[in-house]
Amino acid sequence: MTVSVTTTPPANGKKVLGFLASAIILAILPFVVGNAFGNSWVRTLDFALLYVMLALGLNIVVGFAGLLDLGFIAFYAVGAYTFALLGSPHFGIHLPFYITLPLGALIAACFGLLLGTPVLKLKGDYLAIVTLGFGEIIRIFLNNLNAPYNLTNGPQGVNLIDPVSVGGFSLGKTHEFFGISFNSVYMYYYFFLALTVLVVIMAWRLQHSRIGRAWVAMREDDIAAAAMGINIRNIKLLAFALGALSGGVAGGLFASFQGFISPESFGLLESIMILAMVVLGGMGHIPGVILGAVVLTIAPEILRDVIGPLQMATFGKMIVDPENARMLLFGLALVVMMLVRPEGMWPSKRRKAEFDDAKKGH
Amino acid sequence: MDIFLQQILNGLVLGSIYALIALGYTMVYGIMGLINFAHGEVVMVGGMVTVTVVSALLGMGINLPALALILIGVMVAIPACMLLGFTIERVAYRPLRNAPRLAPLITAIGVSIVLQQLAILVWGRNYIPFPPILDHDVVEIFGASITKLQVSIVVLCFVIMTALLVVVEKTKLGRAMRATSQNPAVAGLMGVNVNTIISTTFVIGSALGAIAGLMVATNYEQVHYYMGFMIGLKAFTAAVLGGIGNLGGAVAGGILLGIIESLGAGYIGDLTGGFLGSHYQDIFAFMVLIAVLIFRPSGLMGEKMADRA
Repeated sequence: MTVSVTTTPPANGKKVLGFLASAIILAILPFVVGNAFGNSWVRTLDFALLYVMLALGLNIVVGFAGLLDLGFIAFYAVGAYTFALLGSPHFGIHLPFYITLPLGALIAACFGLLLGTPVLKLKGDYLAIVTLGFGEIIRIFLNNLNAPYNLTNGPQGVNLIDPVSVGGFSLGKTHEFFGISFNSVYMYYYFFLALTVLVVIMAWRLQHSRIGRAWVAMREDDIAAAAMGINIRNIKLLAFALGALSGGVAGGLFASFQGFISPESFGLLESIMILAMVVLGGMGHIPGVILGAVVLTIAPEILRDVIGPLQMATFGKMIVDPENARMLLFGLALVVMMLVRPEGMWPSKRRKAEFDDAKKGH
Repeated sequence: MDIFLQQILNGLVLGSIYALIALGYTMVYGIMGLINFAHGEVVMVGGMVTVTVVSALLGMGINLPALALILIGVMVAIPACMLLGFTIERVAYRPLRNAPRLAPLITAIGVSIVLQQLAILVWGRNYIPFPPILDHDVVEIFGASITKLQVSIVVLCFVIMTALLVVVEKTKLGRAMRATSQNPAVAGLMGVNVNTIISTTFVIGSALGAIAGLMVATNYEQVHYYMGFMIGLKAFTAAVLGGIGNLGGAVAGGILLGIIESLGAGYIGDLTGGFLGSHYQDIFAFMVLIAVLIFRPSGLMGEKMADRA
């Protein structure tokens, strides 16, 4: 009797083709977008990639491990401030990015542990509110640590942060390759894309590893998981630390890309925005989360361009200021989405099944 | 010593407002196990409506005594907030009663954002001052001073809180509420109309929120579309501190939190040798919250609850 065991599926022609196609699309995307709509939209693409990294980081905590975190932006802030303070005229220190970026990620991970340790026993809403408080504490400190010793420069923030550069080759400048000129936003696009791919691979590998399965087990039933020999404390802390790590990387990138950071960028609303990306996309499902992050970054920008002219066209004057209308629509979208499709835009099969169960009233 | 007493008094005023809002959180949480994130916004709407009505009356040249003006204002604000609370529950929470717990939390956040943005549409982004009808007569107690207005805030809070406790403990409605909070399905079998009870809880909580909104408005003498957020968060902290779901706990937690906060803000400079100043006031609530949840997760007066994931 022969048993054929295929450990790896045979190289699927369609899969390879799809992979190549998406690689090509991602590679030429900034040129298409830049030529059609202008460089500010390439900038939006850069931000979309940043948010993909952030959302994937939060997805480890919320989606994989089932720990509701409303203060995720704190890790982003820690990464950004580490990068900014070690690479700006504020202290006159100019360390290269390959030191500050990992350092920022590492410090963010430590903050993840710092948050994770006291809340090990908390669940659900309690955890949400404590993490929210943690995020606010970090923001309040960033806002006020300008006196008596000026660490963060307070509400004014840190300015003139070094762009990412290696030996004189700076992503902050325009470069020419093969006769094509690459603006700074294009340079950053490819840099962010590379790191995003890394984060996606990390998340993917984690999800399908022993750790990932342990997270799922803990999410479903922590007591049963503990009985199966899973060390709940360690994998919880690991989830917080790894989530924070991605947040820290994204924070450092944000600081270098923007060149300026202030505590204002790290408020509760940002935390909610990232959580919304994860939840609206499809918690725990990597493609869903990526979709959520991209949609929630690009849609508001489109609205920004559309709302004003649309009002002028229909009413002949501005009735609602666009920023206001944008947030109003965001709030409504959160509510409507949860009422109509609580499992998210693109949920995993497993999650979908859970929601269908819940609808039947189990 | 004067300073100490002064801080205690300030804390008591702040704390009774927290307590009143905390009751709204704790009632809803007790019955549905849901953090009604939008409750802070109900408080904000209450304050906004009161200020608008009072200003409008003054604008029309109606010169009633200050108390009467405020009374009319809050009489408009209370039904408005009740309607708001009823609508929020109906639209955003009821359809999700059996959904996983994250879903209502997200809608709550969504509702909160929507209400803030609507408030911007109606009232704008600026601080709106309370019309200058408040008197600032000061009462001296052992060298510490407190305005008569603040005294009346504290007294009114205690009257309302006592009334609520009586309703919940002594009336048929209260019994139905307690039964629903213990087990909605069984309460339903016993003839309790669970939907009505939940709606009623929201409506009562929102009415308290409206009154709290008036108090915040008179205490700070201004209102702002964002004012509900921080105070809502702190009131929630107070509810957790006292043991969420427990009405007496919410009151105790609110007052305790108010006092901790004002003592903390008053003394943090001396304690840290000037390193941290009073602008760190806001971190105390969160520090207290984290400490309570670590050392006594069920809160000061809460019963030991089974895990609520």
